[in-house]
Amino acid sequence: MKLSRLTLPVVCLSAALLSSAVVARTEIQNKGSDTLVNVAQAWAEAYQTVEPDVAVAVSGGGSGTGIAAMINGTVDIANASRQIKSKESDMAAKNGIEPLEHIVGYDALAVYLHGDNPANTMTIEQLRDIYGRGGKATRWTDLGIEVPGCKNQQIVVVSRQNNSGTYAYFKDAVLGKKGKYRQGTLDMHGSKDVVDLVEKTPCAIGYSGLAYATDHVKLACIAASDPATCVSPSPATASDSSYPIARPLFMYTNGEPQGHIKQYLDWVMSDTGQCIIQEKGYAPVRRVSCQ
Amino acid sequence: MSDIATQDFDRRNRDWYIDKLVQLVVFFGGISAIVFIIGIFVFITKEGFGFILNTMDPVEFFTSPYWEPSDEDAPEYGILALIAGTASVTGLALIVAIPFSLGAAIFVGEFATGKTRELLKILVELLAAIPSVVWGFIGLTIMNPIIIDLFDVPVGLTVLNAGIILGLMTAPIMTSIAEDALKAVPDRYREAAEAMGATRWQVIFKVVLPAAKNGLLGAVLLGVGRGFGETMAVLLATGHSVNIPDSVFDSVRALTATIAAELGETAVGSDHYQALFTIGIFLFVITFVINLTADLVVRGVRKG
Repeated sequence: MKLSRLTLPVVCLSAALLSSAVVARTEIQNKGSDTLVNVAQAWAEAYQTVEPDVAVAVSGGGSGTGIAAMINGTVDIANASRQIKSKESDMAAKNGIEPLEHIVGYDALAVYLHGDNPANTMTIEQLRDIYGRGGKATRWTDLGIEVPGCKNQQIVVVSRQNNSGTYAYFKDAVLGKKGKYRQGTLDMHGSKDVVDLVEKTPCAIGYSGLAYATDHVKLACIAASDPATCVSPSPATASDSSYPIARPLFMYTNGEPQGHIKQYLDWVMSDTGQCIIQEKGYAPVRRVSCQ
Repeated sequence: MSDIATQDFDRRNRDWYIDKLVQLVVFFGGISAIVFIIGIFVFITKEGFGFILNTMDPVEFFTSPYWEPSDEDAPEYGILALIAGTASVTGLALIVAIPFSLGAAIFVGEFATGKTRELLKILVELLAAIPSVVWGFIGLTIMNPIIIDLFDVPVGLTVLNAGIILGLMTAPIMTSIAEDALKAVPDRYREAAEAMGATRWQVIFKVVLPAAKNGLLGAVLLGVGRGFGETMAVLLATGHSVNIPDSVFDSVRALTATIAAELGETAVGSDHYQALFTIGIFLFVITFVINLTADLVVRGVRKG
């Protein structure tokens, strides 16, 4: 007890001394999920005002990129929209790194449709027919839908590149653990690219984080089986897990976070940090009241 | 004169050492290409070899169209669709590039004279110097909407788009080499044909082109090599979709683009990483064979 009471001021003092002596700001390297990149950037910016001496450098590239960087020891915090794979933790262990998981929010994975598409609801089975290997739906008419402005009614299936956490999560949630995507999907390199393409292409369907929604695209109401019981994606339906394709969002650190990384993560989990994630269209980990 | 005759050239003064040093530098410069090519080959083989030995099923690798290397339970490493993507784009690029470059080479080599000729040669070389990412950008932002409007297809990032872009990229290189091949045909052939009363076109079609055919074939082969190896432009213009195309309006994905898009995002040493290096080895072998063949073919014409 006495020791800890003593150490804290000592640590603070030495930290202050160190920072004043070195002048250079501490940098936290933060990389990964494209789904989280907007939030991570907003956090990093807001954290500037909280802790001007700490700079958080954020970059995207996909959950796989972030976790790969963590395994290779080049980042302090990896953002991921999926859990780390057992293979990846094995490789990390080989490099002497123990990725530790922190859930920082929830995301509803929205299914995007072009504004002219008359469909409003999608069942998981319909999505499986569209996205799955051997699926029956290659034309909109196969689903009993006629999309104006779409030649041949050919479905343009928009997906993500295969290291994306969104790609992996959508596969598990819709196609099942053993499921596979069909051939010929357009593999976009970012969450925003999916929405951009769907916005311009009447024939298209795509999936991406809810936060990337714009006024020019339609968000399908998703039903597990019966279309009548569909649930629309929103932060609220994501946190109470009534929306069928909502997922937790993760930040990984190497072992128990220490020092300024711990301070940053604690701040992310605080009401201020959680209000920022809510503002960006994701669900916070707990109910928070924001102005 | 007598001074030079009596000078001792073998004396080890400063000049002698400078001489040796320069010799050494030039020697290393000369063999550096060999060192680099062997170094690169050793490096990519080392990175990809674990996959070839342990994980790879050669039949699956070359005949399965399914590329799902990131699947945790059952990853699939089939590059057939990627080969089909690269081959279809390169094939279309050749169809676009051959008429253009052959026409340009004949015009520059046989018809144009003086300033026109010089200007054209400079412009062709300038065209070859445009960075490939710029070409890709043209495909993404200019060709894409044009193809959508013109052919009424849902997506314009297709074999057609990438093929045209790659064709325009390859044409200047093919033009330069083809023109060299035409120039290598001795003037006495032309003079002999003209003396027999042949018209200009007859001279070109009956005499010059047949005589230069090896060199022209070499030009085409180098174009193929370029097409196989091109990355940035096809990455942007193909639509990045693992798919065996039925028509030129299908989106595809190229071998090179797959490496470019995925390599930076895999954990070093993982199966996926090694599989990408195996694709690299495959590409290296193919371009090596194509370039070697082209070289031998071109050499053939020089001797004859």
